[in-house]
Amino acid sequence: MPITSQPRHLLSRYDVTVVGAGPAGLSAAVAAREQGAERILMVDRDPEPGGILLQCIHSGFGLHEFKQDVTGPEYAHLALERVIEQDVDVLTNTYVTDVTRDLRVKLMSPEAGISTLDTGSLVIATGARERTRAAIKIPGERPAGVMTAGLAQKMVNLHGYLPGRRAVILGSGDIGLIMARRLTLEGVQVLGVFELLPFASGLGRNVVQCLQDFDIPLHLSTTVVDIHGHQRVERIAVAPVDDDLVPQLDKSWDIECDTLLLSIGLIPDAELARQLQLNLDPRTGGPVVTSTMETSLPGVFAAGNNLHINDLADWVSQEARAAGAAAGDVALGRHRARQDVTVTPGRNVAYVVPHTLSTERSQTVSFRVKQPIYGDTMLHLGDAHKRKVRAVVPPEMVTMKVSPKLLDGFAGDTLRVDAIPVEEEES
Amino acid sequence: MTERTRAPDQHAGDEAETFVYLCTSCPLGCRLEVDAMDGDVIEVRGHSCKRGIKYGTQEHSDPRRAVSTTVWLHGGPCERLPVRAAEPVPKAQVREFVRSLSGLVVEAPVAFGAVLATDVAGTGIDLIATREIVAEREREPVG
Ligand code: SF4
Repeated sequence: MPITSQPRHLLSRYDVTVVGAGPAGLSAAVAAREQGAERILMVDRDPEPGGILLQCIHSGFGLHEFKQDVTGPEYAHLALERVIEQDVDVLTNTYVTDVTRDLRVKLMSPEAGISTLDTGSLVIATGARERTRAAIKIPGERPAGVMTAGLAQKMVNLHGYLPGRRAVILGSGDIGLIMARRLTLEGVQVLGVFELLPFASGLGRNVVQCLQDFDIPLHLSTTVVDIHGHQRVERIAVAPVDDDLVPQLDKSWDIECDTLLLSIGLIPDAELARQLQLNLDPRTGGPVVTSTMETSLPGVFAAGNNLHINDLADWVSQEARAAGAAAGDVALGRHRARQDVTVTPGRNVAYVVPHTLSTERSQTVSFRVKQPIYGDTMLHLGDAHKRKVRAVVPPEMVTMKVSPKLLDGFAGDTLRVDAIPVEEEES
Repeated sequence: MTERTRAPDQHAGDEAETFVYLCTSCPLGCRLEVDAMDGDVIEVRGHSCKRGIKYGTQEHSDPRRAVSTTVWLHGGPCERLPVRAAEPVPKAQVREFVRSLSGLVVEAPVAFGAVLATDVAGTGIDLIATREIVAEREREPVG
């Protein structure tokens, strides 16, 4: 099934062009088509659609989107089936080399060569990049064997190479935890996972099933302070950090290993956003968007991890559906919903997406908390809405559905999103 | 899984022991204490909702895990084919399940959900492909 909807001929004008065929792109393309847009092009640089899902071979995907627990490749397959039912041109092995502010798209691929086309609207669904050693400035030598967890995941799960024999993982994000288990099952000795913060940044389920099940130690409030090795990593030094996250070097110890995997966070891939000079939110690293995921350049939409880092592919698909539908509407010249309410992060909230809401339509507000609250928590959307939840933790994105009715009387206002322990509220 | 303590005296005179598990059914992550005697769960404490009772009982009496891994693939767009156990595997057999697959080589094309092996490592559980691999000739070029 994959690839069979490669277009025979590229058109010179599309209604909607979607850049990226991961969960966001796949969902946006279907939504645009369902909205009535006819000529839809989806472009991806990889040989097959699916994006990062193809290397995420573990389960835990799809509970919301497909009502079943599936693996990443299965999620990609199910999402692609929806695309194939629609008439969407899917162009793989293709780079978007340039997009201008008047929405001319330049593409390059081995099959189609270099082509230029016009598009009525554009959905950026390019996903994220991993933070690297340079992002956190680990001192030491520069031997081979230091790599991001996602790169190791690609090596192991797609190409059948092991990154090393004795590995240490820095960062307890989900990819790092999942790679700890994956490498262990493939016979690599995983010596420990080190986390700067006093809590794991991945999901509790992954701490239990990826580390505890395999007796892999998790060292909280500890980080890597030095890397040694000439050709290849030979040894790293780790040290506990104090309350200000400063390493206590006098308490450091060495670990002999040949591999250091970094699972220290993702950053939205904002290359196209920068090229198009979109307004960016420094909190998310992605574009500022309206309730329909439209960026500061009319006709350009963003969805998925290039907008903000999601915890579940399911949320990406949902968010991209809103973006794709609106991209279809804009391409067809339909009315845009008024964006008359502003949202902003408040107490214990790291960021909020989208940045504006509409009193004319339903929408979903997504945000991340800064500190975990293990207990009843009240979520506030200004004075417009509040909802009690059992607990909030930074690894899990929090979402709130916001109907036009809730926003009645708030047009023109700025609503602050807070996440506060219920006891503190009452006191 | 991690801690294991003698039960307090109210269960005195018998073999009841308390086992501690972290409930993974929601982000609250309740610390469950499961009292068990001769493998039978007597009581689950520490839960904040009833899903915790179910989780604690299952995790104590028959812990199982979803298992996915990859096997060699010939003639595909990449060298490894993602696969998974058709149903959850007993926790104690996860390593064996995965290791027993190290020699398996699959030829393209592969149907989505194809059964690639049965009764893997004596678990009675099938192995299924989680990605469709189309034949080379079906990879159409752009006209
Ligand atoms: S017991 Fe209930 S509230 Fe506690 S972690 Fe499990 S599911 Fe969540």
